[in-house]
Amino acid sequence: MTSSKVLGTFVVNGEPHEVAYAPHKTLLEVLREDLGLTGTKHGCELGECGACTVLLDGTPVVSCLVLAQEVEGRAIRTIEGLADGPDLHPLQDLFAELGASQCGYCSAGFMLAASELLERNPDPTRDEIRAAVAGNICRCTGYIKIFEAIELAAARLRGEQGQPTREMLYGS
Amino acid sequence: MLRLPKFTLHRPTSAADAVRIAAGHGPEASYVAGGTDLYPNMKRRVQRPTHVVSLSRCADLRSRAGVAGAEVTLGAMTTLTAIERDPWLQEHYPAFVHAASVISTPLLRNMGTIGGNLLLDTRCNYYDQNYEWRESISFCMKCDGSTCWVAPSSPRCWAVQSSDTVPLLCAIGAHVTLLGPDGERRIPLTDLYRDDGIAYTTKRPGELLTHLHLPALNGWRASYRKLRRRGSFDFPVLGVGACLHFDGDVVTRAEVRIGGAGSHAIPAVKTAAMLVGQRLRRDDAASGELIRAAAQEAYKPTRAMDNTDLDAAWRKKMAPVFVSRAIQDCL
Ligand SMILES: Cc1cc2nc3c(=O)[nH]c(=O)nc-3n(C[C@H](O)[C@H](O)[C@H](O)COP(=O)(O)OP(=O)(O)OC[C@H]3O[C@@H](n4cnc5c(N)ncnc54)[C@H](O)[C@@H]3O)c2cc1C
Ligand code: SF4
Ligand code: FES
Ligand code: FES
Repeated sequence: MTSSKVLGTFVVNGEPHEVAYAPHKTLLEVLREDLGLTGTKHGCELGECGACTVLLDGTPVVSCLVLAQEVEGRAIRTIEGLADGPDLHPLQDLFAELGASQCGYCSAGFMLAASELLERNPDPTRDEIRAAVAGNICRCTGYIKIFEAIELAAARLRGEQGQPTREMLYGS
Repeated sequence: MLRLPKFTLHRPTSAADAVRIAAGHGPEASYVAGGTDLYPNMKRRVQRPTHVVSLSRCADLRSRAGVAGAEVTLGAMTTLTAIERDPWLQEHYPAFVHAASVISTPLLRNMGTIGGNLLLDTRCNYYDQNYEWRESISFCMKCDGSTCWVAPSSPRCWAVQSSDTVPLLCAIGAHVTLLGPDGERRIPLTDLYRDDGIAYTTKRPGELLTHLHLPALNGWRASYRKLRRRGSFDFPVLGVGACLHFDGDVVTRAEVRIGGAGSHAIPAVKTAAMLVGQRLRRDDAASGELIRAAAQEAYKPTRAMDNTDLDAAWRKKMAPVFVSRAIQDCL
């Protein structure tokens, strides 16, 4: 049984990182503890909450159940890599504008899961949005603002205005 | 943090190599596919392999072969998302696609495989807990202890069959191929399982499940109905698979399996027998009456115990309701 660290390269948000890590660590643990990327949150650590969602070769997965050794060299995207340089991703703008993020613990996971949906389906229905984020739990918002933020982000990504209504911002 | 215990990872590139490596480590070795069942179990210390043989690089376990009208073969490493999004499977095996699509969450279906789903560990409220929790009430028979906390006088474990695809695939008569140190064998899926919470499969030591075979489409129709608290995340606390074979509108064969309510997918033998030879039609009062009466016979064999989510007596009462709906779906 190996107990010493192993050396590996992880390609996170387009950048290769060489790191020494314990070989039984999950991707979540390596991201947070060895690479210092704490935007990815740890919640249940058993696949039951989605806080730790990252994209692996473009596909959303729960990083608490991915063995780090299995994903050396593969494309990993975390919340730190969602913005395009200084420009926030429309999902990030809208989560902020609408208050779709309250304590914020779930937000990174929701935005990564939603970003993949919008790549696949630029004009999703409310039900398609609900299905795509059905692996992410939020204890604060009640989800409605999250769905609205994803809908408006989709509109902005399609080149439309995607402005929140008065009701979305202030209630009715 | 809930961390994995230490172990050595092996990453072979073919099924044959995987079997050879696993055989070299005997009971110390486990295969891992998506890891969505094995890793939580390792974190909770209910499974403690010191050698983990990953199937992620075995390209020979990812194929899909077959055409409509003949048998279809899926590699064990096919992900649940791949099944859910396969237009051809959607068209020809809609009940199977549905059963796969109601498993866990989209994130977990991107990772979880059909092979892992067929070999999912049985579940119990006293077992799916971390080490300290289990230690605090004394370990149970399934892991580290000797008493069953669900039925303390019971000589056996009642942990629950919890895979969503198993009741449906047993009902339609799927087969699986297993590759072991002594060669390959192909068996009906129903023969893979045993009615025991601990020794719940008949898989021999070191055997790898390589393929799932779906039977040819020849006049049968199937359905899967799942009961759970939330529309996502939750395992089935009742999951009914039904399959009817027809000659015109006369039922020639029927198979109904009740999952989430015992340690294997329980065959509703009397229910099935009452349907064979009968003329069943959609929106027909006499057919509806017959189905209700047949479904009522599913109450008795349903072994709902107080070791899952939701009330056990209510789950048992719901069995005939779900059986009836699943049969209606087949018309
Ligand atoms: C929060 C949560 C909710 C879930 N909800 C559901 C649900 O609603 N319904 C449901 O059915 N499942 C559910 N699951 C369980 C699991 O995600 C699925 O059953 C999944 O399909 C398991 O596949 P896997 O590839 O991840 O299995 P793994 O964890 O890789 O393996 C499972 C077991 O099978 C063995 N194994 C895997 N592949 C092979 C093979 N080819 N040959 C031999 N042995 C093999 C492993 O050694 C292990 O013992 C849930 C899991 C979580 C964490
Ligand atoms: S049914 Fe009994 S022995 Fe089996 S896991 Fe539950 S408490 Fe343990
Ligand atoms: S921390 Fe990974 S799903 Fe909860
Ligand atoms: S904003 Fe707090 S959990 Fe979602």
